Amino acid sequence: MSFYVAQFLTGLAEASSLFLVACGLSIIFGVTRIVNFAHGAFYMLGAYIAYTLAERFSGAIGFWGSLLTAAIIVAMLGALVETVLLRRIYHAPELFQLLATFGLTLMVEDLAVIIWGPEDLVGPRAPGFKGAVMILGQAVPSYDLLLIVLGPLVFGLLWMLFHKTRFGVLVRAATQDREMVAALGVNQRWLFTGVFALGIFLAALGGALQISRDAVNHTMDLRIIVETFVVVVIGGLGSVGGAFLAALIVAEFNAFGILIFPGISMILMFIIMALVLIVRPYGLLGRLEAPTRAVIAAAIVWAPLSSAGRIAVAAIVVAVALMPFGVGDYWLTVGSEILIFVLFAASLQFLMSTGGLVSFGHAAFFGLGAYGAALAVKDLGLPLLPALACGTTLGCAGAVVIGWFCVRLSGVYFAMLTLAFAQIVYSVAFQWTDVTGGDNGMLGVWPDAWAASPHTFFWLALAVALGGVVLLRMIVFSPFGYRLRAVRDSALRAEATGINRMTTQWAALIIAGTFAGLAGALFAFLKGSVFPDSLGVSTSVDGLVMVLLGGIGTISGSVLGAVVYKALSIFLVSQTDYSKLVLGAVIVGLVVVFPGGLGGITARFSRLRPVLGPAPPARPESLG
Amino acid sequence: MSASPNLLAVEGLRKSYGGVHAVQGVSFSLEAGEILALIGPNGAGKSTCFNMLNGQIKPDGGTIHLKGEAIAGLPPRLICRRGVGRTFQITATFASMSVRENVQTALSTFAGQDRRLFGLATRQHRHEADGLLDHVGLLAQADRPCAELAYGDLKRLELAVALSGKPALLLMDEPTAGMAPRERIALMRFTASMARAQGIGVLFTEHDMDIVFEHADRVMVLNRGEVIAVGTPETVRRDPRVRTTYLGEGLVYARPVEGGAP
Ligand SMILES: Nc1ncnc2c1ncn2[C@@H]1O[C@H](COP(=O)(O)OP(=O)(O)O)[C@@H](O)[C@H]1O
Ligand SMILES: [Mg+2]
Repeated sequence: MSFYVAQFLTGLAEASSLFLVACGLSIIFGVTRIVNFAHGAFYMLGAYIAYTLAERFSGAIGFWGSLLTAAIIVAMLGALVETVLLRRIYHAPELFQLLATFGLTLMVEDLAVIIWGPEDLVGPRAPGFKGAVMILGQAVPSYDLLLIVLGPLVFGLLWMLFHKTRFGVLVRAATQDREMVAALGVNQRWLFTGVFALGIFLAALGGALQISRDAVNHTMDLRIIVETFVVVVIGGLGSVGGAFLAALIVAEFNAFGILIFPGISMILMFIIMALVLIVRPYGLLGRLEAPTRAVIAAAIVWAPLSSAGRIAVAAIVVAVALMPFGVGDYWLTVGSEILIFVLFAASLQFLMSTGGLVSFGHAAFFGLGAYGAALAVKDLGLPLLPALACGTTLGCAGAVVIGWFCVRLSGVYFAMLTLAFAQIVYSVAFQWTDVTGGDNGMLGVWPDAWAASPHTFFWLALAVALGGVVLLRMIVFSPFGYRLRAVRDSALRAEATGINRMTTQWAALIIAGTFAGLAGALFAFLKGSVFPDSLGVSTSVDGLVMVLLGGIGTISGSVLGAVVYKALSIFLVSQTDYSKLVLGAVIVGLVVVFPGGLGGITARFSRLRPVLGPAPPARPESLG
Repeated sequence: MSASPNLLAVEGLRKSYGGVHAVQGVSFSLEAGEILALIGPNGAGKSTCFNMLNGQIKPDGGTIHLKGEAIAGLPPRLICRRGVGRTFQITATFASMSVRENVQTALSTFAGQDRRLFGLATRQHRHEADGLLDHVGLLAQADRPCAELAYGDLKRLELAVALSGKPALLLMDEPTAGMAPRERIALMRFTASMARAQGIGVLFTEHDMDIVFEHADRVMVLNRGEVIAVGTPETVRRDPRVRTTYLGEGLVYARPVEGGAP
């Protein structure tokens, strides 16, 4: 019994930490509608800076002063980022802000290594909270008890801030209705900067408080950002109370889940999120409130390629196909990898632009394809082509199951549910060691002799990628493609015209998942191995970045984006130790300079946006 | 039940939003080829009625029978497939497509071809789509991106899309709002002649009383969610309650616009 009490208290302490970070993210989203991917990076900076201050200057400002100062410094950094970077892109489609903050995250990760080194840093213990308190015969760290008090305290302070100050009232008003605040003549810029700084302050404080509990390192940002997203989505985007409740639920489930289901402890949180979203699609305390901006502003008039375009594409394809006669094996392998990611990006792009469905978990299908192929080779002893078919089928099957759940939601919530499922699949691959080899992956997945040489494999990859992209483009212009666009443009009109939104989007997800699975299967053979990473968040994010870089408007954009991004990252990794820093800076720079992506559709965006305006939310009230 | 049921029979339809009784106990019927105008001040519950009829929102109570079959509570796509087309007060169209593609998409849905993954969608039903666009006066703009259309033209496009399914019942929520007077008359004349020729039942809302009294076979007046009068345009025009609540000067727009629940 007493053991469970101690476990419960540990959960509460964890909940407080999670709450600090999550409510910051939630507040920022509520007002600015920015899904701040860099939230984890600011959290990490808070921890690093607090560590340095506590180590070097605790004489002057004391331990607690160090934590607070660190949070304030990072909040100022946040305000700087908001004014210099984000302010330029508030009017770009929502995802570009995600992309920009992702770029920032990459930069911060490398900067942290440059400044603080790659090793784990262990901060000093908090003065006065070094020991443990005996509760029912169990030792509970007194620092945990402090955190347990701190969470509700911060919650209370935020409540006061939001209900008793003019700033807080404006924040709440803006969360409910941004246009109204603008109409009231409130200086939106000032409000946004203030809110962003506040959110970042909370994240950094959360990070700073960790230094005497846990080691500080340069990977803590990704771990926390995924958990934070989960908490915010469970609680309801923009709801501080929801974040508090969700942090409690997630932390307690984690604390007890480890005892009850050790095998699935990693995915428990995602299972909770999936369940919550299916029952309450807008989170526990979130309200049905469509984003004010379309996730993707797609107002590009599409047409099949003209004959000149076809000739140009054919020329490029021929040139690529001739590459094996001119370049060495290393470059051909690099080329094959790029081609595989071209197909992966094109499949995600199909989902995003034609379907208007932004998936944060597209790697699930890629990884399922890779594992499917690897299992077919290792367990069934199948040769290359049947194994590719197995991988593709597994990707397709995954999309059937995952899609069935996900199409019940839309917008950011859809994105988060896809992320949850991808994490579930990732964790299965990671933990089901008997079948997947777990962390050690599956090795020895080599192609048959006929395709083993780099140049034949390159041609195979080219044929598959080209075939996939052509098929996807054909689907875009097919009656089904129009039906999918119809649902994206106006779910209201589509349903009133007899179109079933859910089955349409489900089918789109299955198509995209199948092609991603094919790409993944091929990837397994390229590498000769499969690791859980192929299913991980970073693979999903890579896909998103490629699509966004290329411009969401066209399939060809994703091809370009994949080539540029993959080539750049492979090149950078081989050239510099700080590839993330450079890549991040490139991404941030591109977003600022070309908010429409590399596809060169910026002009068209700016021309059509005023006409199109924000997509009206699909809610009953708007029927008028 | 009689041998041939009404095209549309509505009994005791109700919907409340919290304390706001948007629609309370509305009953009426509509015959094939008949044109029924639903009028009433803003906030009377007209759009709410439309939204329940096409399944956009679920009624709290009451029944809706289309050709004798109960349809209340079905999702919009199924109600549409049973022969109900509609236009929205705030137009809803496929903004990324051209005008013609909007209609083609609707046509291919009704023809059950929208599952095809191959073949160019823009080659399908082109002729039929142009015919519909010609009827509503949009043929000259068929190739324009829908996002560039003027508001009145969007209303016409919606009508063409609604007609693609050869509906038995057409619901038009303020079909002429945002149009010039000449256009209004032309659009309603077209709608009326088509309805009579093809036996389509039309239920429409309209603030322009000249249009209502010229085209409607019957008029139904809604106030605060209740039907206060039904009848021929003449009887309704003379009804004293209608005169005070609606036709009386200055009262037409007395209530706050949509969403401003009292
Ligand atoms: N989604 C909703 N939530 C709350 N109240 C609503 C909603 N939709 C309509 N109402 C209210 O119901 C009443 C009827 O609205 P509506 O049917 O749009 O009127 P009309 O179309 O006749 O102008 C109004 O008071 C309106 O404020
Ligand atoms: Mg209305």
